[in-house]
Amino acid sequence: MALLRVFEERAAEQYMLGKIRGFLHLYIGQEAVAVGAIHALGRDDYVTTHYRDHGHALARGLSVNAVMAELFGKATGCSKGMGGSMHLFDASLNFAGGYAIVAGHLPLSTGMGFAFNYLNDNRLVATFFGDGALNEGEAHEVLNMSALWNLPVVFICENNLYGMGIPLSQSMSNTQLHKMAESYGIASAQVDGMDVLAVREAAETAVQHVRSGNGPYFLEARTYRFRGHSMADPVLYRSKDEEAEYRKLDPIAQYGEWLLSSKMATQKKLDAISAEVEKQVEESIAFAEESPFPSPEDLYRNVYAQLP
Amino acid sequence: MTEMILREAVTKALREALEDDRVFIMGEDIGAYGGAYAVTRGFLDEFGPERIMDTPISESVIVGAGVGSALAGLRPIVELMTINFSLVAIDQIVNHAAKLRYMSDGQFSVPLVIRTVTGGGGQLAATHSQSFENWYASVPGLKVAVPATPYDALGLFRAAMKDDNPILFAEHSLLYGMRGEVPDEWYEIPFGQADIKRKGNDVTIVAYSRMTHVALQAAAMLEEKGRQAEVIDLRTLRPWDKETVLESVRKTNRVVVVEETWKTGGFSGEIASTIQEEAFDDLDGPVARVGGLDVPAPYNGTLEAAAIPNSERIIKALSDNYGI
Repeated sequence: MALLRVFEERAAEQYMLGKIRGFLHLYIGQEAVAVGAIHALGRDDYVTTHYRDHGHALARGLSVNAVMAELFGKATGCSKGMGGSMHLFDASLNFAGGYAIVAGHLPLSTGMGFAFNYLNDNRLVATFFGDGALNEGEAHEVLNMSALWNLPVVFICENNLYGMGIPLSQSMSNTQLHKMAESYGIASAQVDGMDVLAVREAAETAVQHVRSGNGPYFLEARTYRFRGHSMADPVLYRSKDEEAEYRKLDPIAQYGEWLLSSKMATQKKLDAISAEVEKQVEESIAFAEESPFPSPEDLYRNVYAQLP
Repeated sequence: MTEMILREAVTKALREALEDDRVFIMGEDIGAYGGAYAVTRGFLDEFGPERIMDTPISESVIVGAGVGSALAGLRPIVELMTINFSLVAIDQIVNHAAKLRYMSDGQFSVPLVIRTVTGGGGQLAATHSQSFENWYASVPGLKVAVPATPYDALGLFRAAMKDDNPILFAEHSLLYGMRGEVPDEWYEIPFGQADIKRKGNDVTIVAYSRMTHVALQAAAMLEEKGRQAEVIDLRTLRPWDKETVLESVRKTNRVVVVEETWKTGGFSGEIASTIQEEAFDDLDGPVARVGGLDVPAPYNGTLEAAAIPNSERIIKALSDNYGI
């Protein structure tokens, strides 16, 4: 989580310096969801997520250097600069993206689940999406079909209470999103998304359910993004007071306090971790800076797969 | 050689494809109903419900799940009942299927075939009579096939199944009964290879899908007037066989492009533009274009027919542009 936090903060700085372009959606505040949930998965399981994907990528194990370089648009990026912030991929880690279209990856995740059933190989796909994704029609098609066909999909809804600038109550007739999933016949639960241990436990329950062949599971993680929707967001739609209230629930601070009070770690240890992740991120920025850009010849590469 | 109709050629192609365990077919009413156009009749009994999946009416997930299962190692064939309904899934086709390989820098591929039915002329009215292959042919990352004969349908589908790219395979609704000879020996037709359906020296007619047959009718009419038309069937729109077209134009110096979809923004514009860019000095006049009239398809049969290109319009276009 500390790595995710530092990475996002430094990425924001690099964005302001013009090193990162386009859109940048920061995961700050939501770290417990990606970290807690991905810890419950196996190496062979697939992960798909939305455009606020740096946290999931790092939690899944993508190289910090490769992710930062991708944000910088460099040839050493995980997609050689062709995907950018919203489209992080790493096939070797079964990290199947990073998607910019709201809810667009949900049908894909359905397909992955279908394939795992078809191949009878006990894998599952964990698919992360926001509360806003449930506004889209295809999200409902996906819930319907996943339940109908008993697909091994763990749906992880990161409910950060806003779809860009629209609060949940103004976009969903039923704001209890896990209850809505239940209406499709999907086992579901709600969890405090600011508590990494609670998230991991809830995700383990979900994974257990799905891997036992019981069909999909819908986990609604209530969380909050401390920054705007993206770096371009002037955040006019919510108050500073509200943000301050949620900052008190900072998942990293919470977990740190728990580690200290339960004597699982010392302050010295926590400081060492902080220093370590700072160093990793600093190095990734240097790596990205020094890396070359892709060349014009790269423009046409991989538009198509070569014929056998 | 065996004579068969286009529907049988597609059915044969699907049967062959299903010999690979990674292949399955998914779509609306393809199983128990036997397929809206009867292409997959009997498949449910023959191949079972695990491989012949009847879906809810959810085009977005039909295509998206096709993409996702391809990402996970299968080789799906999904069906969109008609290309009109593809609009519901256009995000999955254009933003996902077409772009995943590029955005992941080749880490993930989408070996997906999207079969669909295109075209009008059956009095199905405005929302059930459209042809959008030209729109999809604009999208880098997609390939688009538009076969007009059983031979072409079978040959192109075989190539499609070997291809690791997402392919839109558009079968024309009025061509399923088209008869043709199909070799008994194995053959394949690569994408980007047009077929000269009729040789001639006086004028080139470029067409695809059902308009190929309309072009051949026009060629017969021209022959009565002492003119020999060369009819080129593009067979695929992306990639399309520019060289065959240009070579013909350099020979005949006169060309008309015929297309069923609306003339405005049609693929004929792309073809005409390319011809005038690369064979300008070989043209005796501007490239002629005959396309669907810029109207939604009316229900009434006479009006509908008036909106779709026919051989008379082709003859007139040639007369207007080239005085022949």
